[in-house]
Amino acid sequence: MRNRAKFGVGIGVIVVSLAFLAWLGYGESKTYYHTIAEYQSLQGSARSHRMRLSGTVAPGTIKHLPGRVEFVLEEQGKSLPVTYTGSDPLPDTFVDKSQALVEGRPSNYGKFVAEHVQAKCASKYEAAPGGDRPAPAATTQTSTM
Amino acid sequence: MDVFGSFSLLLAFVCAVYAFVGGIVAIKTRHPLLIKSSRHAGMATCVLIFIGAFCVEYLFFTDNFSMAYVVSHSNRDLSTFYKVAALWAGQEGSLLFWSTLLSIYVLSVLIAYRNKNGELMPYVGVVLAGVQIFFLTLNNFVENPFKTLATVNASGVLEPFTRMDGNGLNPLLQYPEMVIHPPNLYSGYTGFTIPFAFALAALLARYPGEKWIHLTRKWTMIAWCFQSLGILLGAHWAYAVLGWGGYWGWDPVENASLLPWLSGTAFLHSVMMQEKRGMMKVWNVWLVFSTFLLCILGTFLTRSGVVSSVHAFANSQIGPWFVGFMLLTIAVCLFAYIKNHDYLKSENQLDSFISRESSFLFNNLLFLVACIAVLSGTLFPVFSEWFTNNRISVGAPFFNKVMIPIALALLFLTGVGPLLAWRQTSVESLKRNFGWPLIVGIVTGTAAFFLGYRDATAMLCLSLCGFVLWTIVMEFYRGAKVIAARTGMSMMMAAHELSMRNTRRYGGYVVHFGMVLIFVGLAGSAFNSDVQKAMNIGDSMKLGPYTLILQSGDTKAEKNYTAQRMIVEVLRDKKQIMMLYPEKRQFQGNEQAAGTMVAIYSTLREDLYVVYAGMDPEANVPVIHAFLNPLVKWIWLGGVWVVMGTLLALMPNRRATLVLAGAAQPAVSPAAQALNPSATLREGND
Repeated sequence: MRNRAKFGVGIGVIVVSLAFLAWLGYGESKTYYHTIAEYQSLQGSARSHRMRLSGTVAPGTIKHLPGRVEFVLEEQGKSLPVTYTGSDPLPDTFVDKSQALVEGRPSNYGKFVAEHVQAKCASKYEAAPGGDRPAPAATTQTSTM
Repeated sequence: MDVFGSFSLLLAFVCAVYAFVGGIVAIKTRHPLLIKSSRHAGMATCVLIFIGAFCVEYLFFTDNFSMAYVVSHSNRDLSTFYKVAALWAGQEGSLLFWSTLLSIYVLSVLIAYRNKNGELMPYVGVVLAGVQIFFLTLNNFVENPFKTLATVNASGVLEPFTRMDGNGLNPLLQYPEMVIHPPNLYSGYTGFTIPFAFALAALLARYPGEKWIHLTRKWTMIAWCFQSLGILLGAHWAYAVLGWGGYWGWDPVENASLLPWLSGTAFLHSVMMQEKRGMMKVWNVWLVFSTFLLCILGTFLTRSGVVSSVHAFANSQIGPWFVGFMLLTIAVCLFAYIKNHDYLKSENQLDSFISRESSFLFNNLLFLVACIAVLSGTLFPVFSEWFTNNRISVGAPFFNKVMIPIALALLFLTGVGPLLAWRQTSVESLKRNFGWPLIVGIVTGTAAFFLGYRDATAMLCLSLCGFVLWTIVMEFYRGAKVIAARTGMSMMMAAHELSMRNTRRYGGYVVHFGMVLIFVGLAGSAFNSDVQKAMNIGDSMKLGPYTLILQSGDTKAEKNYTAQRMIVEVLRDKKQIMMLYPEKRQFQGNEQAAGTMVAIYSTLREDLYVVYAGMDPEANVPVIHAFLNPLVKWIWLGGVWVVMGTLLALMPNRRATLVLAGAAQPAVSPAAQALNPSATLREGND
């Protein structure tokens, strides 16, 4: 079955080379997810990984400085100062008390240097009632059925 | 209306259960009346779901702020247009919308085939009812859109409560494309249920022949067309609204929509192997199964937020339901396959390395690898957490490294595949077919180099585009020349006649042409550039051939929001060509709700993409971020051709006129073909 061997080799070459590329891409872009508490307890080489952290933007901490934006993320009582150096404009949803995801690497001087910032406060469109009216808590919703 | 809607959804659930159980009993007993009544229950399910969805829309239009879902996604000032779209703005409504679109397909199938395919249809009905039961379970018992607000009064009793106004619709969704993108994408996701149902039914029923493939081909194409359009509209929405200058970020939700598209595209190609040569039967069945599962997975990823994403607004209870349903589906598929796999035996073997079959095989291999790469990349955080306790994600470099070579290889096959002969291709025909396209490809690449598009990958991509384009042109030219010579038609008319006689084949070429345009646009992304500057009124900045001058800024109040607008004059070669108005929108009643409106000056050569990025807090002057994105418009143009090509492929073939009937026949007589169907090619057009 010469044909079969030919196909086998062809398929093998394709799969192996793509797997190799995937492995390269993985090494280049792998990013660890950590909570702020975990991040603060990281030791040694684990601290040099590219990572993604999430937290709530502490109110009043967003400072726009030339070439960078600084702010503080909070999560479960821990806080983390962040410097954003990316070139993309920060999302509109990035405001005080929004949920933010930052991606980057720790710097030597204690701050976390973020290259990407994502923010979501859109979840408030799901449940939390806004405005100044007496707000019914989400837990008091009942089904008509 | 809420009670009515809620009740009709419950009744729909009951009907679906009847259609499912009754259908199974009907298959066992072969009782004609029971078959009929199960079918009718299936139809009733669909109609009841329509009523449920209509009720939700009615509650939006009447500003019924006693309903939790209406309060969360609408307000009085919201325009009519967006009130329609508010149905799918949140979890409960999206899932109901899924059921609704699925019902349109199910009802069409049940009505269209009510008197046909008697052996197969009861099975199809059961599978469809099964899928509907799952979604109706969610609609009724997990994420019910008909929840009312209630509050505890002084005596501690719950009483209904009505708000004066709602929270409004998420501003990111207040954009025209957000009204049409989700219906398209969801029509794609739901549409793949139909081929799935037929494939599973055919396997369970051991339905003879390739009939199920013929039956589902057009349903697959319809779903595929919606899926393609949905993906492109989503990309365009991201481009025009999110303001980061790009259209594709390998975000989990984008990936989720790409996955069934990849496997669906693979299926659309590999069915030809089964139709023509009776090969790849097992593969096709599993491709359809996987495509359906990927659709469910896509819905799940979008709705559950299992992978962190800007899209995944909702974290909710539906995760275990979806995982359970997917596992159940896999179990059923495996059971059907193990029980009846002998029915899927291949009739032919691969003959040659350079043949149409072989190109399809590699096409499918590449689509499969692409699918696995995107799937594993997307779910990497989930799996890495399971196996290593570390949540690790991979980003754009991973996807680009794998997907760019795959995409280029697929583009190459797009040109090569259709011109290779079935079974075996001679060296002479290779020379004849590929000489000119190869030259055109090389010329295109060289031209790209001299026009300044100097990036190896982009040049390769553009060369391949030229190559594929020329193979398509040659196909039309050759066919049209024959018709023109016989009928005296003009070449244009002849090309039209040619396309109408074999819509599937030439529709396919038109889709390929659209893909070529999309690839031209993708190649442009290698040359994106951008500049950001805090600008006083009167300041200017340069980007490529353009000069941007900030003329002034103003504020305009609209019904639902206030817009802060920057007025930017665009000069090219010192001549004014355009005024651009990038905006920031502040939505009412919510100080945090802001939206960006990008201003784009789009030409075939490049897009000038201008974002008002907010006020610089130090200098208190506006910051303008401008991007120069070459060739982006080609992507959207390509999308239009893809849709037109699919529509052409869906049209029935026009018969050649009587005078031509003799001449248009193939050299092999039909009788000879009929005598030996497996050795030669099957009838039908490719």
